[in-house]
Amino acid sequence: MVWITLVIVLLVLVSSVAVLALDSLIGAAVASSVASLGVSVLFVIVLAPDVALTEAAVGAGLSGVVMALGLRRLGLWRLEGDRGAAHPLTTTAERLAAPKAPVEQGPTEGGNRHA
Amino acid sequence: MRNIASLVFSVGLAFLLLVIAAQLGFGHTPMVVGTDILAGAAQDVGAANIVTAIVFGYRGFDTLGEISILFAAATAAGLVLGHRRAGAADDPRGGLILGAGAELLFPMLVLVGIYIVIHGHLTPGGGFQGGVVLAAAFFVAVIAEPSKRVNHAAIQVIEGLAGAAYIVIGIWALVEDGSFLKPMLDHGVMGQLLSAGTMPLLSSAVGIKVGSELAGLLAHISESEAGEP
Repeated sequence: MVWITLVIVLLVLVSSVAVLALDSLIGAAVASSVASLGVSVLFVIVLAPDVALTEAAVGAGLSGVVMALGLRRLGLWRLEGDRGAAHPLTTTAERLAAPKAPVEQGPTEGGNRHA
Repeated sequence: MRNIASLVFSVGLAFLLLVIAAQLGFGHTPMVVGTDILAGAAQDVGAANIVTAIVFGYRGFDTLGEISILFAAATAAGLVLGHRRAGAADDPRGGLILGAGAELLFPMLVLVGIYIVIHGHLTPGGGFQGGVVLAAAFFVAVIAEPSKRVNHAAIQVIEGLAGAAYIVIGIWALVEDGSFLKPMLDHGVMGQLLSAGTMPLLSSAVGIKVGSELAGLLAHISESEAGEP
């Protein structure tokens, strides 16, 4: 049990630092979700299943989605095919890779962020 | 200047927390209300899950405040996000994997959400957690098929009725027994689904309210047009 706790604490710390260090904003949102998931496992270990359920549903699930949608609303992250016709077989992997894809015109995501 | 200000703020906050931590005996709570509730909850409200007993029994009025705050937050977000132009392009469809996954996940998430809501007084969980799971179930369907429009009017009616049901149960207790949101009805046998009086009803009302509120909010954010880079 001690080892599980240590591994999860390490995971939470690493993903929390990743939130600050990552250049990609969508990556930072995912890292904060991972940190919340680790914290919810810690809550189970300290026998607080109610709090763990809340943390998993709100912290790991909803807040990540809200942050991703917020980034999209601000124009810092695009889904593949936002501009032009949608390809019917756009896969999840392609959508996840979307922030890396160059935008047709205007500055890239990183440039925009530091502007 | 800004760095100095934030340094002063962090040092002050750390000092404050350290002082509080030094005053507390480790592992000993300074308040006795927790011990009292632990000792008497089973007789008072008849719920097997003491956390839910506190949320809907002892502190029902606080829960009403929480759902009001959530309502205000959702309303403010709806105002800020604004309306969608008529000709705006939809998001691309979710694709094969996300579509099939959404169809598979939707019934399971709905089932888990309903289970968490109606078993709030028996097992970990309750209205808030189950409501969030229900909202996630409907939002997964929206991601997979963004061209489908969510019926916001229906969601608002459901949300309003659920919120009103919570207050009506409270007022019923006020008329019947003299205190707002006092647990009513027979306690029944602890551990049965129909036990703990009005607690499952309150939990269901909160679950439906939170679920429809968050589902409507997420659908609203995802329907709003993507910003220009």
